Formats: sequence, C-alpha cells, structure tokens
Amino acid sequence: MARLVVLGGGVSGHTAATFAAKWLGSSHEVVVVTPNSKWNWIPSNIWVGVGQMSKEEVTFDLAPVYAKAGINFKQAKAVSINPEGSESEAKPFVTIEYTESGREGESEIVEYDYLINATGPKLNFAATPGLGDANGLGEHTVSVCTADHAVHASQELQKCIEKMKAGERQKFLVGTGHGMCTCQGAAFEYIFNIEHELKKAGVRDMADIKWISNESFLGDFGMGGLHMKVGGYVVSSKLFAESLFAERGVDWLIGAHTSKVEEGKIEYELLDGSKNEEEFDFAMLIPPFAGVGLKAYSKDGEDITATVFAPNGFMKVDANYAAGAYENWKASDWPRTYQNPTYKNMFAAGIAFAPPHIISKPMSSPNGTPINPTPPRTGMPSGIIGKAVAHSVCDLMTKGENAHLHEASMAEMGAACVASAGKGLTTGTAAAMTVYPVVPDFEKYPGTGRDTDYTFGEIGLAGHWIKHILHHLFLYKAKLNPGWTLIPE
Amino acid sequence: MKHEERNFEKSDQFNLTMIPGAFARKMRTCVIWQFIRFVAINIKMIVVVGKSH
Repeated sequence: MARLVVLGGGVSGHTAATFAAKWLGSSHEVVVVTPNSKWNWIPSNIWVGVGQMSKEEVTFDLAPVYAKAGINFKQAKAVSINPEGSESEAKPFVTIEYTESGREGESEIVEYDYLINATGPKLNFAATPGLGDANGLGEHTVSVCTADHAVHASQELQKCIEKMKAGERQKFLVGTGHGMCTCQGAAFEYIFNIEHELKKAGVRDMADIKWISNESFLGDFGMGGLHMKVGGYVVSSKLFAESLFAERGVDWLIGAHTSKVEEGKIEYELLDGSKNEEEFDFAMLIPPFAGVGLKAYSKDGEDITATVFAPNGFMKVDANYAAGAYENWKASDWPRTYQNPTYKNMFAAGIAFAPPHIISKPMSSPNGTPINPTPPRTGMPSGIIGKAVAHSVCDLMTKGENAHLHEASMAEMGAACVASAGKGLTTGTAAAMTVYPVVPDFEKYPGTGRDTDYTFGEIGLAGHWIKHILHHLFLYKAKLNPGWTLIPE
Repeated sequence: MKHEERNFEKSDQFNLTMIPGAFARKMRTCVIWQFIRFVAINIKMIVVVGKSH
C-alpha cells in the first residue's frame, strides 16, 4: 500500500484528494493535511461580506466528508518537506504541526510515496505596512479572503450604512492593497455588491465609492484583459469594465501600488511615479499572495528550499522559468503536468505552483516599483489542475513510475467565470464570462491571444442565477453527495 | 434627467466610456429575456468547459 499526501484542502487540494480516494479505493492511502477544519466556497464570501449570506452557508466541516471518502484527515499545517527522507527516516516525509483544537502545536512526521502540494496562498498582509502583519489582517481595513474576514467586513459595512442613514457621508475604497496583487475579480465583485446593497438600503447618494487597482487598465483582471464578440464587434474588456464603473457611478484609480495604510488613509504610488494619498471610511484591499513558507531539506539536513520552491514561495513545476523578457514569453512556458522537476513524486496544484511569469504586460513606475497584477490560478483552472494531478499520481501508483502523466496547461484550457455585481433573485446581476485559453497564446491568436469564438462576456440577471446555482452545485460536489463526480470542476 | 446624462456629467473618466441606456439596463433584469440568456450562456459555458477537460 502506497500513501499519497495532499497538502491543502481548498478547491485544488480537495478536488485532488477526493478524486484520488475514489480512484485508488482502499488499496492505497490518501492523507489530507490542512490547517482548516472547514471547507470554504470562497467565491460566495463576497455575499457574506455584504450580509447576504452567513458563514455557515459558505462553509462545511471537512472531517465527516473525509471520513465518508476514506481519507485520513489531519487538521494541521505543513512546515517542511524532506523529499529524500532524512538520516533517520528512509522515506520522504512532511513535517506537520497540528492546528486542531486540543493538539495545537503538536508536531508529527508524515511519510509519503507521492505528494501533492495544494497549500494555496499565504495572504501576505505584511507586504504593505498597515495592511496587516505576520498575524494577518490589520485593523484599518477589511477583507473578504476568508469567511471570518467576510463576516467582519459585513459588520463594518453595516456600521457605515447606519452612519449614512444618520446623515454622515461615507467614502468606500475597494481594490488591491499592493502593486503585486492578484484576485482583482474578488474586489471587483465586492465593490459592485457594496454599491448594490447601498442602493437597496436607500443610502447610495450618501456614498462615494472608489476602485484602486494595480491593473494598468480596467478589466485586466491579471489576465491581460480579454477581447470578446459583442454586437458584431470584437472589443476589449476595458470598454466593458469602464462602462460598468461609469454606469454605477464608481470612480477608479488604476496602475496604483498601495504603499502604506493608516487609519482612514492610504498612500499610493502610480505608474507615472507620482505619490498620493486617498482617504476612506471603509476599505477592502486584497493582499498580495505568497507561498505559505514551506521549507525543504535534503537527506543530510541541508536547506534545499531554493531548489524546490521559487523565490515567491510557490513550488517549481514543469514550467519554463527561463523565458526572460516579455517579448520572449510563450504559451508553452506554462506547465502541463505540474510535476516538480527535481523530485518526480512531488506535484503542485492550484495557487501553490510557481507560474513561469505573469500574464499581464509587466509594468513598473520610474522609481522601479513593479505595479502589475500577478496571474490568477483560482476557480475552474485550479479544480481542473487538481483533478489532472490526482489522475497522474493515481496512474503512477497503480501502473508504475512510467505511467503517462495527465496534462492541464492553462494555455490550453478555458475558464468560465461569473462575477457578481449584486445579489437578488430578480434584481441581481453578474458578469458571466468565458475565456479560451486562460493564458493568451499569441502564436496561435496574434491579435487578442484568445479564440474569440469561445471568449465572451455579458452582464445581467442570468449571470446572477448562474452564480447562485454554482454556489449550491459546488458545495454539493465538495460534500461528495451522490453524483458529485458528474459535476465538472 | 436621464441616468446616462447624469453619469456622463460626473467626470471625464465617465464621459469617455459607453453607458447603457434605459432599454439596455431594463433588459438586464427582464426575467423573460434573461431566461433566454440563461439558456444561451449555459450552452456557451458548457462548450468551453467541455473543451477544457
């Protein structure tokens, strides 16, 4: 019996672990190591953040689901990997530290035959002074990155609504908290959900709402934007994003690196090098992502973290990390199998793999401050990658080390994305989009980088219905209810 | 005053974009039209999802 250890129980890790457990049956062991006791459908945190859903509606306990699937669940965080074992341990192993109530801080060594690193990101609030520190979110802003953060955000939003009802004008600032952030989509959803809720509360005219982002143009979303066919035209997402902002009366500030956060005020630097300040009463600023800080050690105890992980803390996989300047970037630089090049029994999935480079055009201010979105690896691509990696590992375990590896390049897969702009059965709207492929391929599509027959977007109530249905569908799937494998990632 | 007139007036940023008129905004939450779009968008998404697996 061989053992697969999956680090992380988010979209990618949960997908990988549950499919692996199904495919391997009882002949092999699957272990999941994740610090959280609950699974969180993160896209719906937006609605928790405006008080339209409760924390309980977007989370569920992992332990009973893993018990049902025959997965050995360890509520712990991974600290280090010894891919060669150690002087006392012949097999490779992971050192974990329990976070489970009653076992906090307890350390354990978990041996593995195969390892899938799907740890997701560290929310690096400490990257921007005042945004937070090593312990997480600071006191000046709110976040919707976790369900607990979103509950707090909702409470703060309600306080602002009460102030507006009492006649006090409020300034809302939503966007990115650093020049190297990703996940602009979440902030985009949050700002329009706030606007929608303020309208419902009858206080929209008492609010000034402003978007601040590291994108060089509205609608970049860390993907270099997208072009879609609308009304017989092929147009940039910039046009549609700007249109929505103008329609809803939301100002925007782009190409901005938030350099400091204080009580009621941020400092930022723009792509032209100018430095300014912006005041706020309520701010939701997404932090930059980093690897979770796993260390790696060789058999004799030497630190080999730089061999296994990129400088940003994400695990190296079969990507081309030597592409160099923007002009040399190709779709083929992106990984296909997500296998670590040094240790063939290690894979990375979802946000945990190190991308070869960003997708958007790299930008920096005259002061040398990089201000550009980093690539998104969340949602549908994350699930597809998790499943492909699980498939590869299962084949390696059951067919031997020469088994064919399954591929899921982001430069060859599309993604469907639904961005909420307000919740309501008959009044809600959302932008429903597909992109194909996720990473533009300018060799195949020299103008737009994508196939415009499969890249589209439109906003409306239908998009909201789809987002709401997806909420229930993916929670149903993640709970491994009957027929869960029929629901695509 | 029309919604778009009010918003175009707010800033130069807004003035240089396209803003949907009353009909386009109404259609976004028109249940019958949106049900048709719901079917159409789902078909498009299923095609893309199918190509990606």
